[in-house]
Amino acid sequence: MIEFAMPALGADMDEGMLNEWLVKPGDTVTRGQIVAVVETTKAAVEIECWHDGVVAELLVPVGQTVAVGTPLAILAEPGEKAETSAKPATTAVAGPAPEAAPVGHRLWVSPVARRTAASLGVDLKTVSGTGPQAAITLHDVEHAAATAHHEAPKAAPPPRQVATEPQSAAERARARGVAMRASIGAAMSRSKREIPHYYLSDEIILDTALAWLSEQNAGQPITERLLPAVLQLKAVALATQRFGEFNGFWRDDHFEPAPGTHVGVAISLRGGGLVAPAIHDVAEKQLPELMADLTDLVGRARAGSLRSSEMSDPTITVTNLGDKGVDSVFGVIYPQQVAIIGFGKPAQRVVVVDGGIRVATTVHSSLAADHRASDGARGALFLAEINRLLQQPHEL
Amino acid sequence: MKTTYRGAVHDAIADAMRADARVVLLGEDVGRYGGTYAVSKGMLEEFGSERIRDTPISELGFVGIGIGAALGGLRPIVEVMTVNFSLLALDQIVNTAAALRHMSNGQFSVPVVIRMATGAGRQLAAQHSHSLENWYAHVPGITVLAPATVADAYGMLRTALTNPDPVVIFEHVGLYNLSADPDELVATDISRAVLRRNGNDATVIAYGGCVPKALDAAEELAAGGIECDVIDLRVLRPLDDTTILESVRRTHRVVVVDEAWRTGSLAAEISSRIVEGAFYELDAPIARVCTMEVPIPYAKHLEDAALPQSDKIVAAVRGLFGDAQ
Repeated sequence: MIEFAMPALGADMDEGMLNEWLVKPGDTVTRGQIVAVVETTKAAVEIECWHDGVVAELLVPVGQTVAVGTPLAILAEPGEKAETSAKPATTAVAGPAPEAAPVGHRLWVSPVARRTAASLGVDLKTVSGTGPQAAITLHDVEHAAATAHHEAPKAAPPPRQVATEPQSAAERARARGVAMRASIGAAMSRSKREIPHYYLSDEIILDTALAWLSEQNAGQPITERLLPAVLQLKAVALATQRFGEFNGFWRDDHFEPAPGTHVGVAISLRGGGLVAPAIHDVAEKQLPELMADLTDLVGRARAGSLRSSEMSDPTITVTNLGDKGVDSVFGVIYPQQVAIIGFGKPAQRVVVVDGGIRVATTVHSSLAADHRASDGARGALFLAEINRLLQQPHEL
Repeated sequence: MKTTYRGAVHDAIADAMRADARVVLLGEDVGRYGGTYAVSKGMLEEFGSERIRDTPISELGFVGIGIGAALGGLRPIVEVMTVNFSLLALDQIVNTAAALRHMSNGQFSVPVVIRMATGAGRQLAAQHSHSLENWYAHVPGITVLAPATVADAYGMLRTALTNPDPVVIFEHVGLYNLSADPDELVATDISRAVLRRNGNDATVIAYGGCVPKALDAAEELAAGGIECDVIDLRVLRPLDDTTILESVRRTHRVVVVDEAWRTGSLAAEISSRIVEGAFYELDAPIARVCTMEVPIPYAKHLEDAALPQSDKIVAAVRGLFGDAQ
C-alpha cells in the first residue's frame, strides 16, 4: 500500500483544500498522472501522483482543507490486491465530520500577539496558545520566536485539519487574494530574514540577439514567434550548468545542488499577487518548445490551474519586469532557492564599444544571490556568463 | 498627623472658609446635626448660620440656590446626602449648572462645588447605596471627581473651589473612616489619574471606594507572582486617557473595576477608550468587575455578594492569563 499525501507546493504552503478528485477507487494511475485538484492560497493546482498503482481508497472528501503531509488516498501497488483499508486512523480522517476538527473559528490570537508575530516573522499556525480560551498571547509568540531562533526549521507542522464552510466563488476569490498576500508576505519575510542577499548587476547589449531573433521570427505566425524572454530563460539555465552553486536549495545549513534546471518564472496575476512556477529542464529544451511552455505556463498561472510539480520544483527564479517599463529589478530570493535573476526593459541606450560611443539596445540584468551558498566573485562570473551566452543566440 | 477621610473633607471646607469669605456650605443637616456623615461637625459654631445653611429636604431647591449663589459671586459648597437623592436635582445640575457657560457664550460662570456621598457597603439599602457617578461623567460642562485617599479628599476639594465651573465630588461612604498620616494636606491637581501601585503584568483600573479593594487584590496577586499597576482614576470627567493607555501599553492586560452596574458604566467607557487607543497592545480581552445588576440589597451577605470585592478582582486578573497562570 502506498499513501498519497498532500504535497507541499512551495515553502509557503502549509495546507490545501481538496477541490476535486480526478480518480476514484479502482482506477489505475500511472506515474505523473494528474489525480486531484487542490486549492492553495495561490491557485487551484493539479496534483500529480508519482507512483504507479491502483486507487484503493480516497481518504479526504472534496471541500476539506488538510495540512501538508496528510494522506489523501491509499494506492495499491501494481500486483497488490486493492482492498479498502480498515485502518482506524484513516477512516476517522475520511469521515464527513472528523472528530479532530476544532469548532469552526479562526485562530484566536491577541492583538498584541498578532502584531508581534508579524514583526518577528512568527507563523502563528505553528504556535500553541496558552491564553484565555487557548488564545495565542504575546508570551506564546515571544517564546516561539526564541525557540525558532535556536532550532533549525523542522519539516512539516503537525497535521491540522480546518473545517471549511461552503463559500461562493467570489468569496473564495477574495479569500484567496487575502491568503495570497499572506503567503507572499510569509515567504518574502522569511527570505529577507534568513537569506543574506547580495546584489550584482550588468548591462547586456542585445543587438546581436535581437537581430538573430527577428531573422528567426521572419515568416513565422505571430503565435510561434520567439520573445527575448525565452532567450533569457535559456541563457540563465545554460549558465547554471557552469555555475551550479546558483541552482539548488539551501537546506539544513548546507547547499544542495539541484540535478535539473527548472527555472521558476515570476508571473504577476491579474487579480494581484504573483506566482513563480517552474518550466522544467530548461537547459535541455529547444527555444520553440520553451516558448510554447512559457505561453502555456503564463496562461495556466493566470487561469489558476498549475500543477503541483510546477509549484514545488523551481531551482532558480527569473523575474522580468521589462514590459512594465522599469530599467532594472533586484529580486527577493524565494526560499529555499539561492538565486534570482532579474531583467529590466530592453531599450536604446548610449554605450561605449571598443572606445567608440554608439547607441545600442541593452537590458540590465541583476543577480540577487544567497551569500551562504555563493560569493560575489562567482556571482559576477555567473552574470557575465549569461551576458556571454546572450551574445551567441544561435548556440542557445 | 493621623487623620481620616472624613476629617480631611472637614478640614478642606474649614480651611477654605477661613481663607475665602465667599465660601459657604449648604445642605440637609449640615448645620445643627453636623452633617449626615459628620463632615461639618462644629462648623456652625465656628462660621455661623450665615455661612453654614441647613436647608429643607428639597434637593432641586437647594442645589438651585447653590447655583444661583455661585452666579452671584459666592463659592458655595452644596452637600447632597447621597447620589440617589441627587437625582432630584439633576435638572439644576445638568440643564443649568453644566450648560450656562456655553449657553451664555462664556458670560456666566458657575463656580459651585456639589459634594455627595456615593456607594454601598454600609447596609443602607437601595435608596442610599447606588453608584451613579457615570450619570454625571456623561455630561459636558462639569468636572467629576472621586477622591479615594485622605490626601485627595482634602486636596481635590481645595482645588475644586478654585475652579470657575461646576465640580461634582463623590465621596464613597466606605472611605469616610479611612485614616492616613499624610505629611501635610495641600491642594492637589484635579486633572490626572494616579498610579497607586506599579507592576508590569496587568493594569487594574479603579476609582473611589474600589481603590482600596484593587490595592488589596494587587497585594494578593503579587504574592502569586502577578505584579499589577493599580490606577486610581481620581477624575471621572474628563478621563485621563494618557495615564491609562501608558499603563496598558506596558502591561497588555486590563481589569476595570467599577462599583456601578456594568451596563452603560464608566467601566464600559474606559474599556472602549482602551480598545480605541491601544487595541494592538492588548494580549487578552478587557475584563470588568462591576456590581451585580440588582438594586443594592440590604442584607449584609447579599450586599457583599453584589459588590466588587478584592477576591473577584483577583479572579478577573488571573483570568487574563489563561493556561499560563
